[in-house]
Amino acid sequence: MDFKPSVFFEALTSPAFIDGVRVTIMLTVVAMAFGLALGLLVALLRASPWAPLRAVAWGYIWVFRAIPALVWLLFVWDALPQLVPAFKGDWFSAFAAATIALAMNEAAYAAEVFRGGLLSIDEGQRLAARALGMPPSKVFTKVVAPQLIRVTIPPLSNDFITMLKLTSLASVISLQELLARTQTLVASTFRFVEYFSAAAIYYLVLVSIFMVIQAQLERRFVWISQQTASTSALSRVRQLAALR
Amino acid sequence: MSEPPLGHLLDAGLLGEPVAAAREGTAEYVLEAIDLHKRYGHNDVLRGVTFGVHRGDVKAVLGPSGSGKSTMLRCLALLEPIDAGEVRLEGRRIGVRESGGRLVPLPERALARERSEIGMVFQRFNLFPHLTALGNVMIGLTEVRGRSKAEAREIAQTMIARVGLAERASFYLGELSGGQQQRVAIARALVMNPKVMLFDEPTSALDPELVGEVLAVMEELAREGMTMVVVTHEVGFAKRVADRVIMMDGGAIIEDAPPAEFFGNPQHERTRKFLEAVH
Repeated sequence: MDFKPSVFFEALTSPAFIDGVRVTIMLTVVAMAFGLALGLLVALLRASPWAPLRAVAWGYIWVFRAIPALVWLLFVWDALPQLVPAFKGDWFSAFAAATIALAMNEAAYAAEVFRGGLLSIDEGQRLAARALGMPPSKVFTKVVAPQLIRVTIPPLSNDFITMLKLTSLASVISLQELLARTQTLVASTFRFVEYFSAAAIYYLVLVSIFMVIQAQLERRFVWISQQTASTSALSRVRQLAALR
Repeated sequence: MSEPPLGHLLDAGLLGEPVAAAREGTAEYVLEAIDLHKRYGHNDVLRGVTFGVHRGDVKAVLGPSGSGKSTMLRCLALLEPIDAGEVRLEGRRIGVRESGGRLVPLPERALARERSEIGMVFQRFNLFPHLTALGNVMIGLTEVRGRSKAEAREIAQTMIARVGLAERASFYLGELSGGQQQRVAIARALVMNPKVMLFDEPTSALDPELVGEVLAVMEELAREGMTMVVVTHEVGFAKRVADRVIMMDGGAIIEDAPPAEFFGNPQHERTRKFLEAVH
């Protein structure tokens, strides 16, 4: 077996690798943030009483779920500057292109998750909030949003993990994220096993860290009192069942 | 106790007049519905509903399902726009404003302000699951009335004690029985200091053994002089507590009388049949 532990550990700790991890994390977080914001907007448009807005939202979801992320990424990076001169500027880095492409891709999926979440919230919730005298903005931020976050954490966490892995596609537009760094190092050393293993370890660690964060988040959205939390795990199960 | 004849309501019809003039009208009724019409598609749900509630009175509304009771309450609470007619709160027409000499529906933000003057309790409680019992009672004070958290907490704690749930203030709704949830919902509406409380079948979703505790809270409210409109199937409650009982059928009021008369000698055949059926 041709596996040199020393090369593997050297790869794990090399500054170039760590810098790639940094870019991967940044791209994941920034693209996800924009993707969620855009996705929420698209979901709200889909629930609009005005048919043309619903059609725009539907069209968006249709197009961006159909186009492979890699195709769209290459389109944004290579074709967009030809179409729109504004994208020829220096600001349009590989990072910017990857952010735009991955965020727009994510928005189509997030929109469907948000739409499902909005549908799952009982109409009586909005009704009660309106009856109290809340204006529409407060009905959303104080009553709908907390319940929406709760039901969308698990599916959006899935999306987050997918996003983390999709960032590796940006290596094809020369963004120096984790995979691009790995390939560069592999090209000069031909130590495939060690370097790809090191990259895999980093992805594994990143996803694991995120899973811990997800669990913490979900715990924050279990709505039971201190008393119950400390006394009975059974009633907690009951509460979760009741809320379904 | 005698209600004036319906004719005065027509005199009071201020359609087309500036809203400011309406403000000066004598507030004979706290809440008044004048010729309410509501239609969903081809379905006339309300066909000219007219009645008023005096300050401190309890009006019970009976009627078969589909008779328009819940829709009427939602229209009174400004949760559903009416197609024609008027809703008046203390003599002032609500839900509309004057624009260029015509009355137009208020925008949602302005409607929200007017809704905060009317308390509404729902059949299915509709408590907010992400808030504790106390949080549910506080949220109107902080988000609608603009009170500070500390102030709101103090007021809410008093209110939640009034419905007998001081010990349960920190519980979430999954940890409360249906009866307790409905009492929290009553406290949530009450804490806004509404001019009138509307109840939409407040005990219909409850197990029989939990009905009593909710009715007790409502009776206490009535004794304290709260003006209330209660859509209910609890004939006993209507007999004991209501000052007047209304029978609705087919989107209209077919009987409106004090309980003794309503239950002792109903004038309308439909009422008689309904009472026989529910007894």
